[in-house]
Amino acid sequence: MEIKKTAMAGTLESSDIQIMLSQGSNGLEFDLVSDVAKQFGKAIQATITDVLNTYDIHDAKVKVVDKGALDMVVKARAITVVQRALDMADEPDWKVI
Amino acid sequence: MVAEERLRRTMMFVPGNNPAMVKDAGIFGADSIMFDLEDAVSITEKDAARYLVYEALKTVDYGNAELVVRINGLDTPFYENDIKAMVKANIDVIRLPKVESAEMIKELEQLVESAEKEFGREVGSTHLMAAIESAQGVVNANEIAAASDRMIGIALSAEDYTTDMKTHRYPDGQELLYARNVILHAARAAGIAAFDTVFTNLDDTEGFYRETRLIHQLGFDGKSLINPRQIAMVNEVYQPTAKEILNAQNVIAAIEEARRKGSGVIAMNGQMVDRPVVLRAERVMRLAKANNLVDSEGNYIEK
Amino acid sequence: MKNKVNREIPDEILASTGYKPFESVEYGHQVNQRVAPKVQATTGPNKVVESIDKIVEETVRDGMTISFHHHFREGDFVFNMVMRSIIDHGLKDLTLAPSSLTNVMNDIVVEAIEKGVVTNITSSGMRGSLGDVVSHGALKNPVIFRSHGGRARAIENGDIKIDVAFLGVPNADEMGNANGMNGETAFGSLGYALMDAQYANTLVLITDDLKPYPNTPASIKQTQVDYVVKVDKVGDPDKIGSGATRFTKDPKELQIAKMVNDVIIHSPYFKEGFSFQTGSGGAALAVTRFLRQAMLDNHITASFALGGITKPTIDLLEEGLVKKIMDVQDFDKGAAFSMKSNPNQQEIDASWYADPANKGAMVDKLDVAILSALEIDTKFNVNVMSGSDGVIRGAIGGHQDAATAKLTIISAPLVRGRIATIVPDVTTVITPGDSIDVVVTEIGLAINPKRTDLIEALSKVPGLPIYTIEELQERAQKIVGTPEPLQFTDRVVALAEYRDGTLIDVIKQVKD
Repeated sequence: MEIKKTAMAGTLESSDIQIMLSQGSNGLEFDLVSDVAKQFGKAIQATITDVLNTYDIHDAKVKVVDKGALDMVVKARAITVVQRALDMADEPDWKVI
Repeated sequence: MVAEERLRRTMMFVPGNNPAMVKDAGIFGADSIMFDLEDAVSITEKDAARYLVYEALKTVDYGNAELVVRINGLDTPFYENDIKAMVKANIDVIRLPKVESAEMIKELEQLVESAEKEFGREVGSTHLMAAIESAQGVVNANEIAAASDRMIGIALSAEDYTTDMKTHRYPDGQELLYARNVILHAARAAGIAAFDTVFTNLDDTEGFYRETRLIHQLGFDGKSLINPRQIAMVNEVYQPTAKEILNAQNVIAAIEEARRKGSGVIAMNGQMVDRPVVLRAERVMRLAKANNLVDSEGNYIEK
Repeated sequence: MKNKVNREIPDEILASTGYKPFESVEYGHQVNQRVAPKVQATTGPNKVVESIDKIVEETVRDGMTISFHHHFREGDFVFNMVMRSIIDHGLKDLTLAPSSLTNVMNDIVVEAIEKGVVTNITSSGMRGSLGDVVSHGALKNPVIFRSHGGRARAIENGDIKIDVAFLGVPNADEMGNANGMNGETAFGSLGYALMDAQYANTLVLITDDLKPYPNTPASIKQTQVDYVVKVDKVGDPDKIGSGATRFTKDPKELQIAKMVNDVIIHSPYFKEGFSFQTGSGGAALAVTRFLRQAMLDNHITASFALGGITKPTIDLLEEGLVKKIMDVQDFDKGAAFSMKSNPNQQEIDASWYADPANKGAMVDKLDVAILSALEIDTKFNVNVMSGSDGVIRGAIGGHQDAATAKLTIISAPLVRGRIATIVPDVTTVITPGDSIDVVVTEIGLAINPKRTDLIEALSKVPGLPIYTIEELQERAQKIVGTPEPLQFTDRVVALAEYRDGTLIDVIKQVKD
């Protein structure tokens, strides 16, 4: 699927994660900042990648600022940002969530 | 009755878009946890909160707490998606704000039922409750409370209600006396729970105790709370006395005695024990257990 | 080889340093020969010197060991003044041996390391930028971390030989009689600095308040002092007691504190004349408040409170609920300023407080200690030194020492953000699990299986959620997920001593 617009979800509060998704043409390009990058950087990327793949998105720029979010928060923010980027915030894909 | 009666002393509000609070909501021992998708979430973050609560319900262990979500009102564009997401996430109870008529509950019930069918959830397993926030709601409290078999409770929401009544909240609560009694009667007549409104001034401990003692005296099941620190205070007010516990133990013993004898009549000290007494005794013992006043065998622990 | 807490201590480290690996939390009745400082007799009319530069020129030489105390905490000006002068004088290869290093000291220590001025450090701990550069291998030799009791022991037996001690004081007279309890920058007890005062070859006091002679009460005495330097300001009063001492409103901390209190009052130690140490930090202060109510309800008073002292503990003293405060350090102004007016607030030095190698320390008489942790593992070992990313960001403080109490309770959240506090193995073992009895988290507690008496006593308490430590660890892991293992190089950047002077763990350089 095609990203329609640059979108953002999440905050910079503790235990949250902010994800910005914009159009790309070179696979999924991650830019990740996190205090726990050493321990959970790969896990965060994997969770976001999973969500993007279920929406059939394979090219995008993904800017991530993590503040110690649990995996379920990463997933929730990823779903939110994708649906916003695909302009489907009002009509969610119920098969995905 | 939709379910065996459970304790609902404390219903703790959790802002639905706050990850730190959503993840920790289960550790404070609230009887019910109410995730808020409505007033606590700004209009631009409704979708974000919905998915955050959805993922939390799917993954976080909230122990034995009853899980409630306050969805956005049926006059908003978020209403139907909130219902679908929460039914899919197996929420225990959906709380509808600003309820003014039985029709609103019936409409909610229909949407919940179709969501249950869509997501393969057992029809009827999603419970409902209504928040009464206006004069109209209070006037129609009886039909609202009885509007659906799924209803487990109605709650007073005093901020909007007092505004509607052209007043505001006072320390003595006189302005809420009528609404509280109407809601309580509607709930009892329908056999469901009655929840009192929130108390927002966290620094006024004395005022919080005063209000909680009042609603306890009236007969409310419990109170909506905005902070985990309020849980212990409510539980303290709802804690039975030693005398109540010992009396309840005698009643329970009499029930056992009757069961052992195969007798349908329960007697204590030569007097027949009727059903209200039995129900009260059972509730006292539930409260005693929840407050750690009895051991696992039900014996009272001297403090 | 592996030591008794299963930590791999490189053989070359043991060989090059002469350290023995950690064996046991029992110190026994070892006999040690103490050292005595060199004393240059002074007969002049006074010891006042006009500038720090002059004193640095006079006393400090390449390769020496210099020391400081950290009683001014984040309000300290003295450390920076002295180190600036030392760096500017081009001195080299110094060993820095302060009682601890606070954040306000970080930048100048980093500069001193980069310029080769400081090549060895021993401290209770370090944080921030300093911990970061040390963890990345900036210092020539490994840092040695010691507890407060361990530092006292090391000074007494000559492991730390202080050539020059620079001790900031809020008041002093021209001959060096000084205390920590009077004046604008009063911090209360001089506990840690009293070791340096007794054992340094050269002792320099730095003060901004010269008092008429003789200045009493004198915690540091003129018999110990070589020089007194008068400066404009020794510290910022607003930052000396900052940070530590507000009652928490955090519901999670309150929940933990309530459970800690439940453990204490249902333990066999909660009886007339018991003793306790609570430390600082939100949960610890809340424990003090809960404990106060429990003492009132049960008509119990404590014989003494120990350690770092806060105002809430002073309140207990003044209420008569605590008979004596044995005070090695004061965390807030309330505690600092009360010392001069409370005869039952006894100043004690670090040896009296916590040294295993003397003729009896206060911690030996301690019933209940409440301590914190960065990590606890399923063997109950505690890490208060390195972060979950392997970087040094903590201090031993009195942790190892107070943990020898009869009932040692670790209070810590199950997880912080996405970091589990209870883990299969801590990153660095600082306090061995053998001295830890109970771990309390917001969801429940775990009791060291060796304490069958406590398991029995606490199991009877209705509503107290007791888990095994493994169950807590699994719960934490379920919440945060499984982290990737940390990457270290083979280079050792720090050694962690146990309080008896054996090696309990080493910290290696992080790989980024």
